[in-house]
Order: sequence, then C-alpha cells, then structure tokens
Amino acid sequence: MQRTIVLWVPDWPVIAAVRDEAAPAGNAHPIAIMAANRVVACSAAARAHGVHRGQKRRDAQGACPQLVVVAHDDDRDHRHFAPLIDAIEERAAGVQIVRPGLVALAARGPARYYGGEKAAALALIGAVIDEGVMDARVGVSDGPFAADRAARDTRPNSPVRIVAEGAAAAYLAPLPVSTLADPELATLLARLGVRTLGAFTVLPATAVRERFGPAGAHAHALAGAADATPIIPRTPPDDLERVIELEPPLDRVDQIAFAVRQLADDVVEQLAARRLVATAVRVSVTDETGRESDRVWLHPRAFRASEIVDRVRWQLSGSTRRLGQKPDAALGPGLASPVTRVRIAPDSVDATVNHEPGLWGAGPDDRVHHALSRVQSMLGHESVVTAQRAGGRTLAERRILVPWGDRAVHQRPLDRPWPGALPQPAPATVFPSRHAVTVIDGRGDVVLIDDRLRVTSVPAAFAPGAGGATRPIRSWAGPWPLDERWWDTAQRQKIYRLQVVDEAGIAWLLVLDGGSWWAEARYD
Amino acid sequence: MSVQLAIFERMFDHGEVPALALASPEPTRSAVEALQARINAMQRTTLDTKLTPTHEALADLLPDGGLKQGAAYSVTASSALVMALLAGPSQAGSWCGVVGMPEFGVEAAESLGIDLDRLVLVPHPGDQWLTVTAAIADAMSVIVVKPGRAASDGAVTKLAGRLRERGATLLVVGTWPQTEAMISITASRWSGLGQGWGYLTQREVTVTVSSRRSAAPRSGRLVLPDPELGIRRLDPPLGAGRGRLGAVQTGGARPAPVTALPRRAS
Repeated sequence: MQRTIVLWVPDWPVIAAVRDEAAPAGNAHPIAIMAANRVVACSAAARAHGVHRGQKRRDAQGACPQLVVVAHDDDRDHRHFAPLIDAIEERAAGVQIVRPGLVALAARGPARYYGGEKAAALALIGAVIDEGVMDARVGVSDGPFAADRAARDTRPNSPVRIVAEGAAAAYLAPLPVSTLADPELATLLARLGVRTLGAFTVLPATAVRERFGPAGAHAHALAGAADATPIIPRTPPDDLERVIELEPPLDRVDQIAFAVRQLADDVVEQLAARRLVATAVRVSVTDETGRESDRVWLHPRAFRASEIVDRVRWQLSGSTRRLGQKPDAALGPGLASPVTRVRIAPDSVDATVNHEPGLWGAGPDDRVHHALSRVQSMLGHESVVTAQRAGGRTLAERRILVPWGDRAVHQRPLDRPWPGALPQPAPATVFPSRHAVTVIDGRGDVVLIDDRLRVTSVPAAFAPGAGGATRPIRSWAGPWPLDERWWDTAQRQKIYRLQVVDEAGIAWLLVLDGGSWWAEARYD
Repeated sequence: MSVQLAIFERMFDHGEVPALALASPEPTRSAVEALQARINAMQRTTLDTKLTPTHEALADLLPDGGLKQGAAYSVTASSALVMALLAGPSQAGSWCGVVGMPEFGVEAAESLGIDLDRLVLVPHPGDQWLTVTAAIADAMSVIVVKPGRAASDGAVTKLAGRLRERGATLLVVGTWPQTEAMISITASRWSGLGQGWGYLTQREVTVTVSSRRSAAPRSGRLVLPDPELGIRRLDPPLGAGRGRLGAVQTGGARPAPVTALPRRAS
C-alpha cells in the first residue's frame, strides 16, 4: 500500500472567488459559492451562521441575511489554484490534482528528502502559505482515501495528521458509511444495518462484489484501506508563453512590431513542435507607467506568426485611439507612454491535424486575406467586417459585425423564436443611427399611441424632423409594441413600431420611443 | 444550351431550314436574323467569358446579358436592387465587398441569397473610399461602393483600369462618370399592408436599365423581395434579347422566337 500525502485547502472555491475579486476579502464576510441553487462551499463566517454545503440558496440566505452569494466557476478555481500547484511542485515532485483545493502525492520521496513524513507535510504547508493561503491541512496515510480522511481530521492549529503505516484500516473503521461519497450505497448499507466503515469491511469481498457490483467492491476496498489505485502525477504543462523586455522602452508601433516578430515566431514554433496551433492568443503590453493592456484575440482558424504581430500592432494602436490620439497607422502613432514589456501567450490551442489546409485550401484564399489586411492597416482593425446573423428582436441585435480575422462570440442563438421580432422580409436599409421624424394625421397633429396600444389618430404623413419634405402615407400597419428587459435599466426598451408605405411605393419602419418618432429602416 | 443544340441538330440533320427558305421568303429573313442573333449570343458567351454570373431574373435586362467583369454600373439608391445584383455572383462562389454602406441590411442580404461568409463590409472608409475600393478590387469579384466625396476624373480612370485588369465588377450607388449601364427601380409597389392592418409581404418593382449601347432603356418586372424565392421575374424574360440585336428588339420589331421554327416546318 502506497503511503500518500494529501494536501487540502479548506473552502478553496471561496478563496478563489476572493482572489478573483468576485467576493469581498476579509474573514468577517459570510460568503457562499452556489451552483445549481445549492451551496457548494462557504466561508467560516457563513458556517458560523449556519450555512452548510448542499443547502438551498433561500435557506442559506434565511440563515444568514448578509450572505454574499457568488456563482460557482470551475475555471476560476483552477486558474487560481495553478500557482499553488507550481509552488508545491517546487517542494515535491509528482503532484496529482484531485480537484482544485485538493492534491495527492506519493509520500516516499518527500519523506526521505525532508527527513520524515511530518517534516515533508510541514514543508508543503509552508509552500502554500508562501502563496498567501493561510489555512492548509495535510493528511498522511496508506492510500489517498485514508489520507484524505486524515487531512479532514485536522484543526487549524494542528494542520497535520499522520496515520501510522498499517493503521489506516483501524483509523477508518469508526467512520460512518456516508464517508464513501456514494449516497445510494450509504443509504442501502445503513438500511442493511451496516453503519460504519469497519462494519462494512467485515463483509467478505466476494459477497460485496456479488451484491453491489464493481462500484460496491471499490468502495469496500476503500473502506478497508486496500485500494490500490496509484497516484497519477500530472505532467507539468509546458511554458508556452513568451515575454520580451524592451530596453530601452519603445514608443513607436512599427518598432515594437519589429521587436515582437521574433517572439511571435518563437511561440508558433514552440506550438508546432508539439503539433499544436493557437486559435486564441493573449497579448499583454505593459508600458513605462506600469499600465497593462491585456486582450485575448480570437482567430477564425489558427494563428500564424505574422498574424500575431498584427494583433500586437492593433492592440497598440487601439490603446492609443482610446486615449484620444489621432491614429496614424501608416507612420506609427506615438503611444501614450513607451512600452517596456510584451507578453504573448497562447490562450487556447488545438491539434495541428484539425488545421491542415485541404487540397483546395482552407478558409478564404490568401489574396482575399492580403487585400483585406491592407485595408485594415489603412483604416484600423475594426473597419473591415464580415456580417453574421444573430437572434434578437431589434434590427441592430439581429446582426453581428465581426472584424476580419476575428471570431464571433455568439450570445443570442438564431434558432429561438424571438417573439416580438419583425416579420420577414427584413428591411434592406437599416440606418446606422436612426433619424428623427414626425408622424402627423390629416389635421397636422402628431400621432401618438395610447395605453391600449391604439394610434390616437390615423397617420397621414411623416416628415424628417428638421423640416424636410412631407411624405404622405399610403398604407400603414401597427403599432407593434416591444417592451423588453424591464429589469435591466441599461438595456430596457419600450418602443412601438409602425410599417408605412409612402407614395413613392417605398416602405419605412417608424419607431415611437419615449414620445418621439424615429425612422429606423427603409424597405427599398 | 441543350435547347440551342437541339435546334442546330434539327437545322442541319433534317434540312428544315432549306425547306423553310423555299416555302416563304418573309419568315426566312426573320428566322435567319434570329439565328444570327442566337449565334452571336452564343459566341459572346463562349469566346469572351467575361461575364460575372448574374441572377437570371436580372441578367437579360443588362447589356451583354449579365454583369461584365471590369465594368462599372451605376445603381440608383435601392439597397434591395444592389443585393439582387450581388446575389448571382455570391451564389456562384464569388467574394463581394461593400464599401461605405453602413446601412446595408445583413438580414435582407442573406434572405435574397447572398452568402454572408463571402461578404465583406467596410462601413466607414471615410475619405479613403477610393483607395479602399482599389485595394479590395484585387480580391473581390463584385464591389459595391457608395462614393463619399466626389472623386477626380484621374482617380476614376485609374480605378477603372484596376478593375479591368483584375476583372472585378463595380456597382456604384449613385452616379459615376463611366458606367456600362444605369440600373434603377422606376416603380415599386408593396403589398400586404392595409390601413392599419397586415404587414409587408412582397414588393413588385420595375427595374429599368439604360445604357449607351441601346437606344431605349429596357425594363422588367420583378418581385423583390419574394417571400419564397427572394427574387422572381414576373414578365417573361426578353427571349433572344441579347447582344447586338438588343436595340432593334426594344425598338419594337421583335423577331419570332426561334423555338417556333420546328413547329412551323412540320
């Protein structure tokens, strides 16, 4: 039986949320992490108020009204746990991540190196404390299951629990069967009169296998500390990001792009050596004042080195544009302050096999790409777009404009019904900013819409707001109300739409928004 | 093409044409003219393959029976008409670029048959619209441009040269100095909308094409947009109305359709 060290950081999801600034820092705040309306983790302060795992949100908030509720995010847990693993790996090799906040290691190596299991355990706790996590517990025993139980059998002031070799079965014996983390089996065993792990291990292994199947047999082995599942250490991921320190700091985009070229080649080559390609790249630029501009660039296919350089250039010119300087990409704009450091890290990668060009090429041909890239270098990255349709109720929502070379992030699926959207056909001209108009009836009064969704009088004509020529209305229909997102002050809208045909046979979409009329689109 | 081949086969195999010639001189002349027109038309498409695939509802209205590569056309302010002209090339796999039209309705474009994967928009080229158009002429088969500031004659000539060299077709929304033809909607009638009821369903338009090459403008009635097909022709297409005889036909003296030939002979 393999001696195992398990290191456990209690309430890791809470710590990760605090580190991510999703929850307030400080021990006094009761924080609960929720997934599917249940508490998955809570802070000590919350526990003191009676919040516990598995509780419903309403019950938890009832127990503790000032509870800070944070949605569970597995990515966040992993992301913030990664530096801890790196720190642990510096003290001991062969770390298996059971889940964020819980790692297992084979005890033999560290115990010999540090001169005893206790010393090894304290060294690991020291590594975690150095990373700023003050509470970490270690259990050492035969096999991961017993070590895990031992780690939980600790207190903040005595964070290490060592179960002597061969004593694991005796240590586990008094624990209840619910420890096995198999609720179905635990209930069944309890109903059969088997209440502790010790009582469960007394049953013959063959009988357990016959009655409970392979899962039951595994649980039986765990309970008897006889589980032979080895620790599978993770392979430390390769460091694929590249950083360049610019000394002296550079303040021209073309100089920086030139300096970054080698870096981009390096990143792509490193990936290619592992038969990978980057489909998203994170570019971080730090300037002299310490300000950092960080952005993830998506690619519709896979990045080549020159394309990464383009992204760096766009990011630099984008940051100057935000600062209100005139972008002059042809000459290289002066940046706000000189850049000292550029970091390029592949954000998501894919196997090369999926990105091999086909016999007739993949994606648009190079000629198209070059021509459009040239236009982008003239006008800026966002100036050349491809269009995609999206779901939504308003015309502006129903399309997504994606800059050339980027990948669209879909938020509103097209295949939903979207009640309240306009019927087909769609207008051919959608004004980028709607024009003010006035809609009048036969006597020249402004037409409005009452609370019962009726027009106050029959619309007879409409005219551009600034005293343009009046267009008589031949036929019309509506008003069609759209009252959406009333709960969201930023995005709520309550509008009434009218389709009208003027005497030239051209149809218009008129919108009444907050008491004034607008022409939103033209069916020409 | 197979119909045309069938006609030729009948002509040469069964000696129908000489029989006709003996029977009456009057129809012969028109039949010969029609056949010459047909031969001309076929020669145009086989020898000079310089046409961009055009939607069949519009092709016969245009001089030469389609959008010519390297030529510029002026389209009078109608986004739907622009989309109808783009639909043919786009469905045939060409890339289309739209410069200076932030109001281009993407949803309508897709429903009229434009492939959005091969549609590139440059909504705000500003003063550089001419440079941008010239730059994307390298890669796009059809470019729609809405001119911002007026361009100098020199710049227009330079762009025309670039287009000819690259074989790209330019559709200008507005006026343009050197155009192959002016395409406009001269009448438009929406249906589906009443006095306070209904919703827009479809529109009948009359598309008129005037060019230097034909004396009288040609018109055709289309449903644009049509709820099912996107674009549908209402009146019969202008039969053999292509090539050099176009002007003669629209002048009124329309020759008998060639398909009538075998029936007459029998």
